[in-house]
Amino acid sequence: MAMTQTRGRALLLTPAALWYAALLLLPLAVVLIFSFGERTPIGGYAPGFTLAQYANLPARMAAFRNTLTLAPVGTLAALLIAYPLAYFLAVRVSVRWKTLLLVLVIVPFWTSILIRSYAWIFLLGGKGLPALLASIGFEDIRLLNSPFAVLVGIVYGYLPLMVFPIYVALEKLDLRLLEAAADLGAPPWRSFVQITLPLSMPGVLTGSMLVFILLMGEFLIPAILGGGKVFFVGNALVDLFLQSRNWPFGSAVAVALVVIMLITVAIYTRVVKRYAAGRDDVAMM
Amino acid sequence: MMIQNPSMADAASTDVAPTEVVAEFAGATKRFGAVLAADRINLRIRRGEFLSFLGPSGCGKTTALRMLAGFEAPTEGAVLIDGKDVSAVPAHKRPVNMVFQHYALFPHMTVAQNVGYGLRQRRPRLPGAEIAQKVDAALAKVRLADFGARRIWELSGGQQQRVALARAIINEPQILLLDEPMAALDAKLRGEMQRELLELQRSLNVTFVLVTHDQEEALSMSDRICIMGKGRIAQVGSPQELYDRPRNRYVADFVGRANIVAAKIIARQGGIAQAVLGNGATIGVNDLPGDTRGKAEIAIRPEALTLARGKDAVPEDTVALPARVTHRTFLGDRTEYLLMAEGIGPLQVNSPRQAASAIGEHDVGAHVRVLWRAGTGLVLAADI
Repeated sequence: MAMTQTRGRALLLTPAALWYAALLLLPLAVVLIFSFGERTPIGGYAPGFTLAQYANLPARMAAFRNTLTLAPVGTLAALLIAYPLAYFLAVRVSVRWKTLLLVLVIVPFWTSILIRSYAWIFLLGGKGLPALLASIGFEDIRLLNSPFAVLVGIVYGYLPLMVFPIYVALEKLDLRLLEAAADLGAPPWRSFVQITLPLSMPGVLTGSMLVFILLMGEFLIPAILGGGKVFFVGNALVDLFLQSRNWPFGSAVAVALVVIMLITVAIYTRVVKRYAAGRDDVAMM
Repeated sequence: MMIQNPSMADAASTDVAPTEVVAEFAGATKRFGAVLAADRINLRIRRGEFLSFLGPSGCGKTTALRMLAGFEAPTEGAVLIDGKDVSAVPAHKRPVNMVFQHYALFPHMTVAQNVGYGLRQRRPRLPGAEIAQKVDAALAKVRLADFGARRIWELSGGQQQRVALARAIINEPQILLLDEPMAALDAKLRGEMQRELLELQRSLNVTFVLVTHDQEEALSMSDRICIMGKGRIAQVGSPQELYDRPRNRYVADFVGRANIVAAKIIARQGGIAQAVLGNGATIGVNDLPGDTRGKAEIAIRPEALTLARGKDAVPEDTVALPARVTHRTFLGDRTEYLLMAEGIGPLQVNSPRQAASAIGEHDVGAHVRVLWRAGTGLVLAADI
């Protein structure tokens, strides 16, 4: 009995294990090895062991700087927009409208992010929002190809990923706790800070991490709305691998990005654990 | 037993002198859309009493409590606390505290943090040392002295309830509201908690307002009970008054068991009505003050009736109703008989053990006589 169970479990996990081994661990190992190698004169990769590629990382400082500012700022902006929306959906909306509104949150996902980002080119381009601003006296405002355009694009693109985890956390919130807080003398804003916010923290952290990690690897939105002026590490990687064919340096940049993300995830896990200490049922959110 | 003299009335329990009033419902009405959850509730709550709202679910008892707590504002009428109209005062500014049905303890806080929550909301702030000391005292009062550092989910249901109690009483409220606090406890624990709650109420001298659907709980704990149905107050009175003098069928049915039989009233004098039962027998019953109807329902408690064999002599002032035993349930201290009385219908008679050992048990199918002594029945008002 136990034998069959173990074997059955192993069998079921095999596809996933093979998938991760072949498509994640193996390429990661390749990238790590490449990052210590050298570039041949015609591009590509020559075996070797040198830290030269890592020493060269500051050459891509701008990409790292953009990523490490716009990813957190984008995450924060998404959080500030998503929290009230999620709160409204989870706490205030009647059951009748809830499903419809939740579907509306996902609807943008039905269209490719590529197409939706192109739409922003028109909205932020000369004949879009700037034209509108010009008509009320704010001449010569350029929005496209700026960090602002990229920020708008990433917040727009990733908002649902922030809304849903927070929604789930708030949905579970027992509204009687808020009545209890009011009964004990807490005005509404204080019961929000003392009860609602701490109890929805797991959702906030999940959503933030989800969005942050994806933003760190983002390249599509900066490519479209940044117009080559605002580029992320992702854009640098595309450039290094496909245009300049500098695979070892590209690998070093990729490894650096992965390391930064690992550090972030480690911090995230610790924060979650600290909050999870307060509640047993949120530990695995 | 129904009391002999109804004209004593329940004045003592319904009229509360203005100086004694801690809270008052003044025509308080609450509508949720088309639903009338509370219908013109008029009630004065006496300072220091233990009052229960009793009724089935949907009767309006919880709405009444929530209007007192400040979670619902009356659609019409007013709610007063300490003589002031608080209808528009939000919950966090009212001098009342509540023990919630499922306790509503904060899961991300320790027991001590939960209990101290109300004190931490005070402005200007109380010193931390004072809060800590009051928390310890409150926990000691509910016999959870060493539980301050525990997490909520580490506690049993009974312990959680004590935490909820401590969290409410620590604020020294004018009124402690209890929303079915015992509903989630098993029977044994419930009995213990009821006793503890009563002791607590006596030692604190705080007004307790309890909402319950459990009539035994209400009868055993309350100074007064407010029986509710269909959003209205059916009757307010002490447990004894409600049992002995139910005003209408709803109350008679809800508190204890009652036989309710139709009768014609042919004469009324001195608080006694002469009722002609379905089989033609005439019996004097306690009249409903001010009633003038020619037909009414009469209530008689199963333990007020006795059984006799066909040949036994009938005592004075008693009518004997021929009946047949249809069910017999032996319950140790008493035997419950269900009978079919000729011309009247089903009746229940509870015979205490001594009576049974003296005259013997009656078998199902046996023809017996139900003895109804004058003055033990009661004319009921038309329903609420």
